[in-house]
Amino acid sequence: MKTASKIYTAFIFVFLFAPIVILLVFSFNEARSLSVFSGFSLKWYRELFRDEATLESVRNTLLLAVSAMVISTVIGVAASVGIDRLRSKWLKTALKTATDIPMTNPDIITGISLMLMFVFAGRLFGLANSLSFWTMLIAHVTFCLPYVILQVLPKLRQMDPALPEAALDLGCTPRQAFFKVTIPEIMPGIITGAIMAFTMSLDDFVISYFTSGAGFQTLPIRIYNMTKKTVTPKMYALATLIFFVILALLLISNLTDDDALRARKERRRNKTKKIRGNEQ
Amino acid sequence: MSGNTRRRTGALIAPYSIWALLFIAVPLFFVAYYAFTDNSFGFTFGNIARFFTETSRETGSRIYIDIFMRSLKLAVISTAICLLLGYPLAYFMTRASAKAQKIMMVLIMIPMWMNFLIRTYAWMTILQDTGILNGILSGLGLGKMHIIGTESAVVVGMVYDYFPYMVLPIYSIMAKMDYKLIEAARDLGCNGAQVLRRVIIPLSIPGILNGVTMVLIPSISTFYISQKLGNGRFFLIGDAIEGQYVANNLHFAAAMAFILMVILLVAMALIKYLTGRGKYGEGAKA
Repeated sequence: MKTASKIYTAFIFVFLFAPIVILLVFSFNEARSLSVFSGFSLKWYRELFRDEATLESVRNTLLLAVSAMVISTVIGVAASVGIDRLRSKWLKTALKTATDIPMTNPDIITGISLMLMFVFAGRLFGLANSLSFWTMLIAHVTFCLPYVILQVLPKLRQMDPALPEAALDLGCTPRQAFFKVTIPEIMPGIITGAIMAFTMSLDDFVISYFTSGAGFQTLPIRIYNMTKKTVTPKMYALATLIFFVILALLLISNLTDDDALRARKERRRNKTKKIRGNEQ
Repeated sequence: MSGNTRRRTGALIAPYSIWALLFIAVPLFFVAYYAFTDNSFGFTFGNIARFFTETSRETGSRIYIDIFMRSLKLAVISTAICLLLGYPLAYFMTRASAKAQKIMMVLIMIPMWMNFLIRTYAWMTILQDTGILNGILSGLGLGKMHIIGTESAVVVGMVYDYFPYMVLPIYSIMAKMDYKLIEAARDLGCNGAQVLRRVIIPLSIPGILNGVTMVLIPSISTFYISQKLGNGRFFLIGDAIEGQYVANNLHFAAAMAFILMVILLVAMALIKYLTGRGKYGEGAKA
């Protein structure tokens, strides 16, 4: 049984990684062929870095993701604190249902619904094409908000409500109690929510596809347009670079995750104890 | 609650309330509005009726009903394959050492974090008639297979793209499962199959339901996977909606989106009702 489960697990991971390994290998292929490796070459990488439209779409993607992350985190954290404090049951339910909608609706419906509204609003103002960076930003903030709220709300519920009250008793203004006590307490949730918002925005294609204008292309839309026509190994080079960026990010986040942090803190504490012991 | 605190709470939720109203609720109203109006915004049932009645000139079958049924079929097959492949994997993962579990989690997340366009594209190059798979097959003297453009190719793409969404929710529920329950069932005389059927599966139902919705919904509404790996312009319901959008037939696109949304809402309400007690996860406690 033990070996059988190991073989099974290995088989699944081969299935998950074979396509990625193939992309990786063929990004260094000299020829255009996708089935025969004829020799090592970096020419597709050179071509990729000469492709101004792709480079610009990378910049656009980062600009959009950072903006969407900041806006959705600020609105989402405020909303979570508000929802947590709300006494009105029906308002609470209404806001939570609104949060669930973009999570459960297929992306294509979220995209279509926003697009229809933007097109309609554009007509009202007599615009021929109302889709732009701004409509895309609105769409991204909309689908990022639930991720922030769903990360922050549980942290608020875990927090001891006596903490901000104690701060108020000790002379903090409500504003000070919020920024000095509540925010630091829920910080892990805020950070996870912000990271999720950032990656969701970075990765989104479907909603962006329906809400983007002609002038503003993100990387997923650029990839879509590139793969529409012919297969080019330039795409493989791009995929390989993305793969290594993701790998690096995952390794970094794994090194700085809870366990590692705790271990490091523990070590530091032991060190200070030792120093103090020597002093005495 | 003093008036002051109430005002502050109001100020905190106001931005989100306005945002949710303007950009979540109102857009959904526009889907219905476009679905039930014609090009000059006069009320009509025409778009909805077209979905249910338009027939193909060659075969006489209902075009959009066929498209929808094909989407449903492929999505259900893909979800079933993801579940059959993912469920044992999730279980084996929980039985591994803490370190191995962590490594496997990262390994599952790496493909998930790569854009799904690239993942799909990778399969396109593998399954092409001149692709690697056929290269290997003919190298082994097995002859070539035509896979790209078939329903099987689309299923492969869906399974590959959405597999992590099945494994992760099941794994996170199973990881919380009390292993003593399995031992107790063994002690009380259950064999392996009985333990699986009576203890492990019932306890992991919330994870299964979560995984199934997370795979079923994107696969039933996809259009990129079917464009790259499948064939034909209106292959799946997602292709049909996207095609009408590109052709600037916004009212018919909205009608199809509306129908898809209603069907999914009914299906999800039904799942919730059948598994009982509201939200996922609460049913399993009883």
